[in-house]
Amino acid sequence: MSTVTLRDIHKTYVDAEVIIGVDLDINDGEFVVFVGPSGCGKSTLLRMIAGLEEITSGDLLIDGERMNDVPPDKRGLAMVFQTYALYPHMTVAENMAFSLRLAGMPKAKRYERAKEVARILQLEPLLDRKPRALSGGQRQRVAIGRALVRNPKVFLFDEPLSNLDAALRVQMRIELASLHDSLQSTMIYVTHDQVEAMTLADKIVVLQGGVIEQVGSPLELYHHPRNLFVAGFIGSPKMNFLPVTVTAVNDFGTTVSLPGEASVTIPVKPGYVSIGDRATLGIRPEHLQIEPNHAELTGEVLVVERLGGETFLYVKIMGGDTLTIQTNGDNTSLVHDRVPIAIHGDLCHLFDQQGEAIPKARRHHLTLNESQEQEAHEQSYQPKLNY
Amino acid sequence: MSSTLAVQPNQRTSSKRQVSTLPLVGPSVVVLLIWMIVPLVMTLWFSLQHLNLLNPDNNSFAGLSNYIALLSTPALWISIFNTLVLVGSVLVITIGLGTLLAVLFNEEFWGRSIARLLAIAPFFVMPTVSALIWKNMLMHPVNGLFAYITRSLGFGAIDWFAQYPMLSVILIVSWEWLPFALLILLTAIQSQDDEQVEAARMDGAKSLAIFRFITLPHLGRAIAVLAMIETIFFLTIFAEIFVTTSGGPGLATTNLAYFIYLRALFEFDVGGASAAGLLAVILANIVAIFLMRIVARNLDV
Repeated sequence: MSTVTLRDIHKTYVDAEVIIGVDLDINDGEFVVFVGPSGCGKSTLLRMIAGLEEITSGDLLIDGERMNDVPPDKRGLAMVFQTYALYPHMTVAENMAFSLRLAGMPKAKRYERAKEVARILQLEPLLDRKPRALSGGQRQRVAIGRALVRNPKVFLFDEPLSNLDAALRVQMRIELASLHDSLQSTMIYVTHDQVEAMTLADKIVVLQGGVIEQVGSPLELYHHPRNLFVAGFIGSPKMNFLPVTVTAVNDFGTTVSLPGEASVTIPVKPGYVSIGDRATLGIRPEHLQIEPNHAELTGEVLVVERLGGETFLYVKIMGGDTLTIQTNGDNTSLVHDRVPIAIHGDLCHLFDQQGEAIPKARRHHLTLNESQEQEAHEQSYQPKLNY
Repeated sequence: MSSTLAVQPNQRTSSKRQVSTLPLVGPSVVVLLIWMIVPLVMTLWFSLQHLNLLNPDNNSFAGLSNYIALLSTPALWISIFNTLVLVGSVLVITIGLGTLLAVLFNEEFWGRSIARLLAIAPFFVMPTVSALIWKNMLMHPVNGLFAYITRSLGFGAIDWFAQYPMLSVILIVSWEWLPFALLILLTAIQSQDDEQVEAARMDGAKSLAIFRFITLPHLGRAIAVLAMIETIFFLTIFAEIFVTTSGGPGLATTNLAYFIYLRALFEFDVGGASAAGLLAVILANIVAIFLMRIVARNLDV
């Protein structure tokens, strides 16, 4: 059992507040990913949990015990660093057994333990090598092994894959996922790579400017982003945003007028916007379709990016906005072609003038079990959002 | 196909380059050879001569008699011993204190940059001047600062150069060279990876353990290089001894360099001094072999 709870955590440096009141509950065995643009405070938050940075105010609880003033090694955590931070003058075995050596475990016993972990990570033939003689992926594994040896309650990862090349990154991602599956321990993972976040996480925490923008499962964030920032941050290529005007509101949805003649009805709950309000329509590139029969918009293709399996079209529409469209790899559009674009209201998101999302009338079927939790969450946050 | 095409012209250009570099390197090699070999051969030649400048007409081939006379002089052995004591203790003091100071100066504290500057300043004072300062202003039994302090505490004055001559020289040389050690070790310590220290903290290392297991191994290479550079200079310490003790009292602070100086310019015995000089070369080589081994092992990390 190991849970981590953050209560109104603040971090202030001499001249700047970098973490501004973070509340978060991490359950036992959960894989939580902190994600956000650089400088959003995600690494600082992780280092505060680790005990490498002091907590200015607020409470950090691990298993219900307050840990603010407990030194890092007594918190029952282990951390994997971005640069691996292996001790260069020690062998792989010595690296992994270092914490046990400091704890005063006899030599034979600690090497036994290091060997055990090396077997799990397939590092056995490398035990006598120095880190210098290892490849990037092997170093990464030793760093994970060093964490495993300590049998921690919580694993902390600080962008562990960003120093690896693309192919290795995919492989290590899969290994991390299966490691989490076999250990079933709580893991907190910091990354700026949303693919890592989407694939590994049970729960993603999106941070910006020292505050949590949204907490939820990967699909929750994808299908029900709470605001413009989360909507733009999750998903690649980025979601398209169009300025629209509300023309009708009823129980089935809200109708907005697009640039040009067309309008589209989005199934969102009523009562958030009224007729005549300005709003922002969001639609993901993969949800836009080129359809000659029901085209809401037409536009001129500016750039075509062919990736083989899929094609990205950058299309300039009336009013000067550019839309990104993801179509299949066989699409024949050329630069300067005019293409008809269909927008399906079910797949759109609507944001009010403050950039907050208007809740959808129906939840996506893969995120249904989260809906109740989500609603409770929303209510508890409502006062905070207002102020 | 393309690879064979690419390899062949490459070989041709590289052989061309080998030919064309020799005339460019040649002159400096020749100059270096003349510069090093000629004095060495001359010293070797003089060491085999009976040659005394007080009686320059009376010179003759001596064979190895200069060496035999030298090796049976107790003064030579005393000066070799003094050299080793001087080199060894200054090495220990500068590297030991230098490491501690480097760790200290790496920490954040108010006025750190000024403190660093002051700590490094002694290195810019030339040896003769610093020896004079120590002799006349600090260690002087009547006018010196140390004597003033001990007297005002009621202990009386110490005549440093009479009572502890070797210790005094060691202190002066250490004071001069500690800044150099600090400079080298401070730059080495600044290249330490912060994440390694943090990882060690997560592993449960307290500051002493971090110093012992992380910082010290990281400094190993710098310490080895530092020891080598310092040894080269310490084997030939002269100015400090000349200014303060003149090798005395008796032979208490006579090192090999000063011994050769006495032979050549006090006794005008060029033959004997040359022989002693060659012995110094041999001693330096023995020390160098040991040092190179240590350095090579450390560079391997």
